[in-house]
Amino acid sequence: MDLAINNGKIVEKINENKAKVIDASGMIVMPGGVDIHCHIAGTDVNTGRLLRPEDHFRDVEAKTAVTRSGVGYSIPSTFTTGYRYSRMGYTTLMNPSMPPLEARHTHEELEDTPMVDKATYPLLGDWWFVLEHLRDGLIEECAAHVAWIMAATRGYAIKIVNPGGLEAWGFGSNVKSLDDTVPHFNITPREIIRGLCKVNKLLNLPHTIHVHTNNLGKPGNYVTAIETMKCVEDLAEENRPNIHITHCQFSAFKGSDWQTMSSGAEEIAKYVNHHNHVTLDMGQVIFTNTTTMTADGPFQYGLYQLSGNKWVNHDVETETSGGIVPFTYRRKSAVNATQWSIGLELALLIKNPWKIYLTTDHPNGGPFTSYPTIITWLMSQAARKKTINKIHKRARRNSLLTSIEREFSFYEIAIVTRAGQAKTLGLTQKGQLGVGADADVAIYNVNHKLVDPSKKYKKVRRAFKKAAYTIKGGEVVVKDGEIVKTVSGKTFWVDVKTSLPLEVNDDLKRKFREYWTVEYENYPLRKGFLHNPAPISIKAEV
Amino acid sequence: MVIILHPKRLFKVPVEAESISPDAFDEKSVNEIGMLQVWEGKRKRILGELFKIEHKTDDASEKTTIRISGDVSKVRRIGTKMSMGKIIIDGNIGMHLGEEMEGGLITVTGNADSWVGGTMKSGTIEIKGDAGDYVGAAYRGSTKGMNGGTIIVNGNAGNEVGCFMRKGLIKVYGNVGQFAGIHMRKGTIFVQGHSEGRAGAQMRKGKIIVCGNIPSILPSFTVESIKPKVKIDEEKVAGPFYMFVGDRAEGGEGKLYVSQKQNQHLSFYNKYL
Repeated sequence: MDLAINNGKIVEKINENKAKVIDASGMIVMPGGVDIHCHIAGTDVNTGRLLRPEDHFRDVEAKTAVTRSGVGYSIPSTFTTGYRYSRMGYTTLMNPSMPPLEARHTHEELEDTPMVDKATYPLLGDWWFVLEHLRDGLIEECAAHVAWIMAATRGYAIKIVNPGGLEAWGFGSNVKSLDDTVPHFNITPREIIRGLCKVNKLLNLPHTIHVHTNNLGKPGNYVTAIETMKCVEDLAEENRPNIHITHCQFSAFKGSDWQTMSSGAEEIAKYVNHHNHVTLDMGQVIFTNTTTMTADGPFQYGLYQLSGNKWVNHDVETETSGGIVPFTYRRKSAVNATQWSIGLELALLIKNPWKIYLTTDHPNGGPFTSYPTIITWLMSQAARKKTINKIHKRARRNSLLTSIEREFSFYEIAIVTRAGQAKTLGLTQKGQLGVGADADVAIYNVNHKLVDPSKKYKKVRRAFKKAAYTIKGGEVVVKDGEIVKTVSGKTFWVDVKTSLPLEVNDDLKRKFREYWTVEYENYPLRKGFLHNPAPISIKAEV
Repeated sequence: MVIILHPKRLFKVPVEAESISPDAFDEKSVNEIGMLQVWEGKRKRILGELFKIEHKTDDASEKTTIRISGDVSKVRRIGTKMSMGKIIIDGNIGMHLGEEMEGGLITVTGNADSWVGGTMKSGTIEIKGDAGDYVGAAYRGSTKGMNGGTIIVNGNAGNEVGCFMRKGLIKVYGNVGQFAGIHMRKGTIFVQGHSEGRAGAQMRKGKIIVCGNIPSILPSFTVESIKPKVKIDEEKVAGPFYMFVGDRAEGGEGKLYVSQKQNQHLSFYNKYL
């Protein structure tokens, strides 16, 4: 079968005599990879870089004729991030946590991340106006306000991190369940998630709400994860997803403390297998030294107390919080090994690959450069067994992996690494190779007819590590795992057309003056701030 | 074999010379050694451009010995990751001497700059003169310091000697600056001379011996007893010494021995014994 590309799009036919021809026979051709959740830009990532000179020291890339130099293993510099993703055949990245106040910084770094198209999600689960609107039951006003934020920050989707908990963290506390009240706001996490889910529907946003659950990283939190999915069950329509639980591995712990901590993957998989309104991503853990960074301040503080490592914690004014702690996941730690097992159990026990996607929550579970290794774990029982034999005894005994025989096919890998992610993100041009799609193509040098991935997993890993070709927007940017051309990608954002005007009222302007360090007039990104914007026009129902 | 390097000129900008190590020189001819790569500032050079290289075989030793005579105080990272052989430096030497060293011997007749034996794993470094800051320390931001081997400084050493040290022995026969043994995890630091204070800050385990004067002990250390002598490997140092344990702020169990005779101002600790 031939694939024709013209003007950066996949087309029906092209004059072969005039075109450049790439012979991909005996190779696997996939759409360019899509990463739904990777921290690659913004204040948290950059503070992580500042915090960890030793992370740069251990991984250095020299400049070449076409690429710039760069450093960093778990938090590489922006250019290097783009190159490394491109070498693995990825072409679209989603940066999941942007405090609206830091939108400028985030977009500036995203613009310096070459080779890929990107977008970023503003953090809205603890944004004061959202909390106030939802408390007063003003869903439509809240929707108009969210539409304004999307335009003001050039955002793509609604990101909710530990709803209510981050606001409480500003006062030194946290919320422990979906029905705890957020101090000073008289609202519960359940109301925030349900409210923003309704807002998401009213605005017709391409992606669902993107939720990092309450109680993340605590034993017994799988109950919270299931309750979070349940709480928007009645809002679902025609089997369409309306909630995305991100890095689900960190929300799937069973047990009452760290000594009894075990996997809750089975229960979560059971729920997801019976319900169609949920999508997940893995948040797989890799045994390595990495840098954890989330907007979940209280969780990061807990991690600091556990590890005793250096740490950063931050309260972003009225919007959100953040924290960074370097962390080493160890094979011989029962908890870390169980975490490793949970991620894979989730992916293997959830029957429909369109519901779960491959991520490491880069860099929280491990750097994105480990995706090829995860692919081999998914495709080969032998590869899994090899690692299981090396992990902590108790974790090995409790792991469900030994009893799971499922092995992913290349088609399923294509779904969990690109097609599924593009679908749930509403990026219709990505994750597919139909006529009219963006010409983002990854070609891997492995013959699916000759190579049995369950046995020759090392060969598969090598192939996915270094794409034979990566084509971005119709141009060959990677050949044999080396960058041959650098391109700068587009930045997607949602331009929501509402009938209500996209402005905040005088009361809110007054609050901006009183509580923010940035004045309302200076707050939104102006037209022309992004050099390569790709607004997606959407008509809202308000 | 013995290789002698003479700098051809005075270096004005730092020279990064990871390739000057017995492992890199081993079984190479003078011409081949001359082709090894070094950086002078931002410029890529070959060793032969910067040094006159002399080959002597009359030495009976089988292992490669490198002798550097001349001013190399701007040359960094000599002996990085070396695992065997000998480097002898007649004069002063620049930063990061013997970084990540895995074996062998380095001798410096003059002074050494900072980061001597940073993150070294094994082997011996001996400095006849003074050493700069961060002797046997971890790389910036890292928690993995010196992990074995011996560093001997006959002169003075600077601040943060043995930062994040995990194993091994550092002996300073002169004085040390502030924060000797900061973040120390294990291992031994022996100071014959005085300390500028704050010794053992945030240490968790290990041993620091100060035979000279120390202005004060950190408040997060508790006095345990008076010891007549302290053992360092096979050797015994006569005291008496106050033994402090800390850093309690880190839940540490490290031991800080301070000479009783040299520190009369610490006599108020006697009432806590």
